Amino acid sequence: MYRIVSAIFLAENIKKIEIEAPRIAKKRKAGQFVMLRNEANGERFPLTIADSDPEKGTITIIAQGAGKSTRELNRKEVGDTIADVVGPLGTPSHIENFGTAVSIGGGVGTAIAYPTAAALKQAGNYVITINGARNKDLVILEEEMKAVSDEAYITTDDGSYGFSGFVTQKLQELIDSGRKIDFVLAIGPIPMMKAVAEVTRPYNIRTMVSLNPIMIDGTGMCGGCRVTVDNQIKFACVDGPEFDAHLVDFKNLSDRNRIYLHEEKQSDEAFAHKCRLPQHT
Amino acid sequence: MIMDARNITTKERLAIPRQEMPAQDPDIRKGNFQEVHLGLTPELAQMEALRCIQCKDPVCIAGCPVNIKIDQFIKLIAEGNFMGAVRKIKEDNVLPAICGRVCPQEDQCEKVCVIGKKREPVAIGNLERFVGDYERLTGQRVDPEMEPPTGKKVAIIGSGPAGLSCANDLARFGHKVVVFEALHELGGVLMYGIPEFRLPKEIVRDELDGLRRMGIEFRTDVVVGRTITIDELMEEEGFDAVFIGVGAGLPWFMGIPGENLVGVLSANEFLTRVNLMKAYAFPSSDTPVFDCKGKSVAVFGGGNTAMDAVRTAKRLGAKHAYIVYRRSEAEMPAREEEIHHAQKEGIEFLLLNIPLEFIGDEKAWLTGVKCQKMELGEPDDSGRRKPVPVEGSEYLLPIDMAVISIGNGSNPLIKQTTPDIEVSRKDTIVVNVNTMETSKENVYAGGDIVTGGATVILAMGAGRTAAAAINEKLAGTAKHYNEW
Ligand SMILES: Cc1cc2nc3c(=O)[nH]c(=O)nc-3n(C[C@H](O)[C@H](O)[C@H](O)COP(=O)(O)OP(=O)(O)OC[C@H]3O[C@@H](n4cnc5c(N)ncnc54)[C@H](O)[C@@H]3O)c2cc1C
Ligand SMILES: Cc1cc2nc3c(=O)[nH]c(=O)nc-3n(C[C@H](O)[C@H](O)[C@H](O)COP(=O)(O)OP(=O)(O)OC[C@H]3O[C@@H](n4cnc5c(N)ncnc54)[C@H](O)[C@@H]3O)c2cc1C
Ligand code: SF4
Ligand code: SF4
Ligand code: FES
Repeated sequence: MYRIVSAIFLAENIKKIEIEAPRIAKKRKAGQFVMLRNEANGERFPLTIADSDPEKGTITIIAQGAGKSTRELNRKEVGDTIADVVGPLGTPSHIENFGTAVSIGGGVGTAIAYPTAAALKQAGNYVITINGARNKDLVILEEEMKAVSDEAYITTDDGSYGFSGFVTQKLQELIDSGRKIDFVLAIGPIPMMKAVAEVTRPYNIRTMVSLNPIMIDGTGMCGGCRVTVDNQIKFACVDGPEFDAHLVDFKNLSDRNRIYLHEEKQSDEAFAHKCRLPQHT
Repeated sequence: MIMDARNITTKERLAIPRQEMPAQDPDIRKGNFQEVHLGLTPELAQMEALRCIQCKDPVCIAGCPVNIKIDQFIKLIAEGNFMGAVRKIKEDNVLPAICGRVCPQEDQCEKVCVIGKKREPVAIGNLERFVGDYERLTGQRVDPEMEPPTGKKVAIIGSGPAGLSCANDLARFGHKVVVFEALHELGGVLMYGIPEFRLPKEIVRDELDGLRRMGIEFRTDVVVGRTITIDELMEEEGFDAVFIGVGAGLPWFMGIPGENLVGVLSANEFLTRVNLMKAYAFPSSDTPVFDCKGKSVAVFGGGNTAMDAVRTAKRLGAKHAYIVYRRSEAEMPAREEEIHHAQKEGIEFLLLNIPLEFIGDEKAWLTGVKCQKMELGEPDDSGRRKPVPVEGSEYLLPIDMAVISIGNGSNPLIKQTTPDIEVSRKDTIVVNVNTMETSKENVYAGGDIVTGGATVILAMGAGRTAAAAINEKLAGTAKHYNEW
């Protein structure tokens, strides 16, 4: 059992939760994740470790309510427990001083990009962050991102805050302005990561993405998380989750992620029916 | 009791037929996950035990990887001394209820039983299972005698049969034992791989309770290498020795076109979803599994894992559940009994067939597999007749789900995080076979991580060998073994 020591909503449906997990806190590096199980009979699902405090022995995760498991997690409050938290899993982000590094986050992807952006800054990069959201209310981690950036941009699809448009438009604008960009990290919905890969491909800018296939064990035993990279099978939970964006078969990933759509909907509806309590923000 | 165990002649013994194990009817069991076999009654067990002629030279013992004193425990059963039989077996095997169920007896103890030369061999496995069940079901647990605490601490990595048997022996020697397990559930393949209908999970849990009573501590959710390294266990957490029993790793795929279509999964994924995550109870458990109802499912492979997967698919409602295997039945590595059970449950065997390509629809969902027929050609170097493709025999088998069950590689995590542990080219851990010690001092390994995918009993045997060596080493009386 892992105890929750703080829990606050950052935006509607996106919650930041700090959990007691001293061993994981001590060990984790940017880019790694944990597998959680809310209760017995719950599923195992992955969340990136957004932050950790080795002294306090806590890790922080930021979850967007996407379906049953994440919604159920986001209902938990301080003092509640989570049955299982395992990690840190995955290969840590490759961090070096590339020169100018652009970190792009879309939606809750901002939370996943945040620790790596911070590590890039610490390694001496000139860090530019571009964080996209559908609208102003969904912007998360604005202050945190600013603190680790030399330049920080926010984009909203509806123009209600910051740059009006997609993150890729902002990136293209930077490239067109003649800025030398040495490294791009893009984390968000699959179409966004694919679009970023297409923007940087002609310029040969080294680009990494963090993939989100469906995971079961997360320890490299089941092969469920396999993705196609450079025409080879890779297991995202051990070989990834970060891969070279220009080599990833995004179509295969989005096809495979649809396998349980029907069942996920069933679970989510049953859960919504069971609680009938409004989600608080 | 019809016959008296003491006054029965050899001729009378030989006249007794092998006692049939009561089982659920195939038509009923293919629709449920309850155990197929119902277990011998005490009467059946005693009758079967009388078939053993108590050889002067019991060759069966050498056929058992852990050398259970087979003649002796069977004699005790024949005499009706079931608890005596429990104690006798437990001198060599701590998990009789499990091994009796899953050992490939036809290749081990029963293969060499002399009765088997002209008749059917003594049902050693069924008797062993009877004894294990008798202990559990009558609640007369034989808790082992423990030596006084030594003050030494040993870490066990992985809670499969290798880790559990090593933990058991070390605890008996008086050492403090802590088992670290990556998953949320203990038992390794016994829990997440082998299905309930073959090995009820209650039995594994009961064995785990026994180990807890011995003072062994279990820590789930710890991925050694990630959460903590072996060096940290030894240097910071004060463990005097470590045993690695992390099992096999990443599943292999076949590398044929279409393998990434939606609906193609590894046997590990399919079985993990169903067994560990209880997907058969979806939606009351959260993890879904491919809905097999009325569908066609093909499993590629011929081992125990393949049989478990295909029979699971059938139980989840598959209309057609196929085994596609490139050789013939004689070469199938699965336990004989599982093959027979599968046949009776209506599993369709497509032997001497290989898949060439998976075919999908415009949404990338699997719709079929292109197969080719094979025939047995000339014997190869190993004397086995090699399957060769039959020209022009390609055909399309319509399927909705494909399960790949062609084996596993080794998980690279230990190697990556403890570079001073020597591994083979296949990433299995290299050990001194007499002690199971690795190239890193006081670190031992055994089970599938050393041998590659093998058997429960071999993993257990390795765990016990390691425990004995660790005990000697910690007592400072280790002999020097040089041969590697
Ligand atoms: C390495 C990694 C890191 C992640 N980090 C974060 C994070 O920091 N914050 C965050 O909000 N989300 C993160 N995700 C996504 C998160 O795991 C899914 O949103 C979550 O599992 C959905 O489960 P659900 O039951 O709530 O929704 P469901 O209704 O079950 O699923 C919604 C969608 O989530 C995906 N999904 C479902 N089950 C799984 C699973 N077991 N593993 C992976 N994806 C699944 C599928 O694409 C599905 O269509 C991460 C995913 C991965 C692979
Ligand atoms: C479906 C299936 C059916 C089988 N049927 C039979 C059968 O009928 N008869 C038979 O004899 N054999 C059978 N086998 C083979 C048998 O189960 C294995 O040979 C045996 O379980 C190996 O034991 P082990 O202790 O080495 O490893 P495992 O049983 O694999 O256990 C290893 C454990 O270590 C854990 N682990 C892995 N990495 C780490 C880490 N880094 N840190 C902490 N923990 C870790 C794993 O989660 C797992 O729980 C079958 C195997 C499968 C998959
Ligand atoms: S452990 Fe296995 S091989 Fe040994 S006697 Fe029992 S069933 Fe036979
Ligand atoms: S070889 Fe067969 S008959 Fe002889 S002792 Fe062993 S089990 Fe009994
Ligand atoms: S989630 Fe099972 S191997 Fe990656």
